[in-house]
Amino acid sequence: MIKFDNVRYNHPDGTNALDNISLDIPEESITAIVGNNGAGKTTLVKHINGLLKPSTGTVSIKNEDTRNSSVAELSRNVGMVFQNANHQLFADTVKNEILFGLNNFGFNEEFIRERYEFVIELFKLRKYEDISPLKLSGGEKKRVCLASVLAWNPEILILDEPTVGQDELQKTVLLKFINQLHSNKKTVIVISHDIEFLWRLQPNIVTMSDGKIIEIGNSESIFKNQELMEQVGIIPPQIIKIFEGLKIKDEIPLSFEESCKVIKNLRN
Amino acid sequence: MSVKELIRFNNFSFRYNSRDDKILEDINLSIKSNEITVLAGPTGCGKSTLLRAIVGLIPNMYEGEYTGDVIVDGIKIRDAEIKEIAKRVGFVFQNPENQIFMFSVERDIAFGLENLGLEQEIIKKRISKIMKTLNITHLAKKAPHELSDGQKQRTALAGVLAMEPKILILDEPTSLLDPKTAMEFMELINKLCKEEGMSIIIVEHRLDLVLKYADKLIVLSEGKVISDDTPENVFDYKKDIIPELSVPFSTKLYRELAKNQMKFTKPVTGVEDMIREVMK
Repeated sequence: MIKFDNVRYNHPDGTNALDNISLDIPEESITAIVGNNGAGKTTLVKHINGLLKPSTGTVSIKNEDTRNSSVAELSRNVGMVFQNANHQLFADTVKNEILFGLNNFGFNEEFIRERYEFVIELFKLRKYEDISPLKLSGGEKKRVCLASVLAWNPEILILDEPTVGQDELQKTVLLKFINQLHSNKKTVIVISHDIEFLWRLQPNIVTMSDGKIIEIGNSESIFKNQELMEQVGIIPPQIIKIFEGLKIKDEIPLSFEESCKVIKNLRN
Repeated sequence: MSVKELIRFNNFSFRYNSRDDKILEDINLSIKSNEITVLAGPTGCGKSTLLRAIVGLIPNMYEGEYTGDVIVDGIKIRDAEIKEIAKRVGFVFQNPENQIFMFSVERDIAFGLENLGLEQEIIKKRISKIMKTLNITHLAKKAPHELSDGQKQRTALAGVLAMEPKILILDEPTSLLDPKTAMEFMELINKLCKEEGMSIIIVEHRLDLVLKYADKLIVLSEGKVISDDTPENVFDYKKDIIPELSVPFSTKLYRELAKNQMKFTKPVTGVEDMIREVMK
C-alpha cells in the first residue's frame, strides 16, 4: 500500500532528516511510529501525503510514485491530522471547517450530509457547530481536526499525536474509532508518545531514531526490548514495568483483566 | 524552608461574556509553596480558565462576570497590575514555540528581565545562573530553530524562571516531548520545586508521567472542584472517580483488586508502589 524505497530526505539547509528509509506499510493495517524528539517521524509521514518529496529514493502509494501526484490529489486518499490543531483550523465555524473538505472533493449532497452528521455526533461537536473553532479548548480543537479529516473518509489516515489534550473518554472514543476504521479496511498510521494509549491499540510499531528506522515489530516485542526502548527515548507501558518488576518476563498479560488474574494468583 | 500559602481562591466564579453559563463556579482552593499541584479534568472543564485567573489574564484580557477573589502571594488579582502579577507567576505554554521569539537563547531569556527594568549586571547574573540550572549554557548563542523540542522546552522555562517567580504554571509541559525527555523534564521541575521552594501547578492529562511528583491532585469537572487531595487519597478505591480521568494503569489495577478484597497498605499511584505491594 505505502512503500518507501531507500528514501533520503535533506532539509533545505542541507541537514539530513531521513536516512535510507525502506518501509512497507500493508493495506488495512494499524502502524504506530515511535521515537525520540527529532527522530524524523513527522518528516516521514509528510512523505505519504506528498507534502514532502524525497531527495533520493521513492515513495509510492498503491504503486503510484508520489512525485507524479499533487498534494491535492493525494489528499483524497491520504488524510492527515496534524499535531498542532492551530496549523490546521481556518474556517469561521466548526460546521464550515468540517464541510470544507467534503465540498472541495465534490461529493454529492446526500453523502456530505451523512458524513457530516456522522462525525459531528461521533466527536460530540453538535453544540459548537456555529462557533469559531479557534475559540474552543485545545482538546476540542483537536476533535474538530479529526472530524474534518475523517469526514471525507480517506483510505489512509495519518494521526500525529492524536491523544494530546484528550481526556480518557475521548481517548477511548479515538481508540474505538481507529479499530472501527481498521475493520472498515482502512490503513491507519499513528505517531504518538502516548505509550499507554499505544499499548491499548496494539499496532505494528516502527521505531525511529536519528532519521533511521531502528526496528519494526508488534507492540509486545518492541515494548519488551529494553535496550531498544532506551535507544529510541521511550519508556515501556506500566503493564510491562509492573510484570518485569514482579519477575514475570515471558508471559506478560496483554489485557487489564488478565493482569488482575495474574496478580491475584501471585498473592495467593 | 517554611511552607506558605501562595494562591487562594475564595468563592470564585467566572462567566465569559461570550457564553451563557459559568465556566467556573464557586471555586475554593489553597495552593502552597514547596508543592507540586497537578490539575486534571475533562476537556472544557475550566482548567485553562483557572490558570488565566491566576496569571491575571482574567479579568485583564478576557471580559466577563467575575465574583469572589483570587489572591496570589498576598495580592488581589482583580485589582493588580499585570506587571505585579508577572513578577510572581511564570507561565510556560504547551507549545514552547509560542513563547520563544528572540534570535538566540540568551536574548530570549533576557527579554523578560529587561522588561522588568532590571540593571544589566543583575540580568547577566540571572541568565548565567538559570542556564546553568537548566543545563543549557552551551546553547546560549543558538537560534530557536536550531534547538530540539526538549531544548526549546527548557529555553521557554528558562525565560520564565529567570524572572524568579514564586509560582510556576506549566500547561501540558510534556505533551510534545518523548517519554524519556519528559521524565528528565519532570525530575528537573521536582528539583526546582523542592530546592527553590516554588509552588508549581501542572495541567496534565497523562497522569502516568506526573503523578509520581505530585503532592496534590486537583480534579475539575464542569467548572467545579470535585477532588482536592493527595493523589493517594483521590484514588482510594472507596472513592468514585470520573471516567474522563486518565488513571494510570497501576492505579486502575489497585482499585479493581482492592474492590475485590485484596489487601493493600495504601492506595497505589505508580509502578513501584504496585510492585512493592504485591511482593509483600
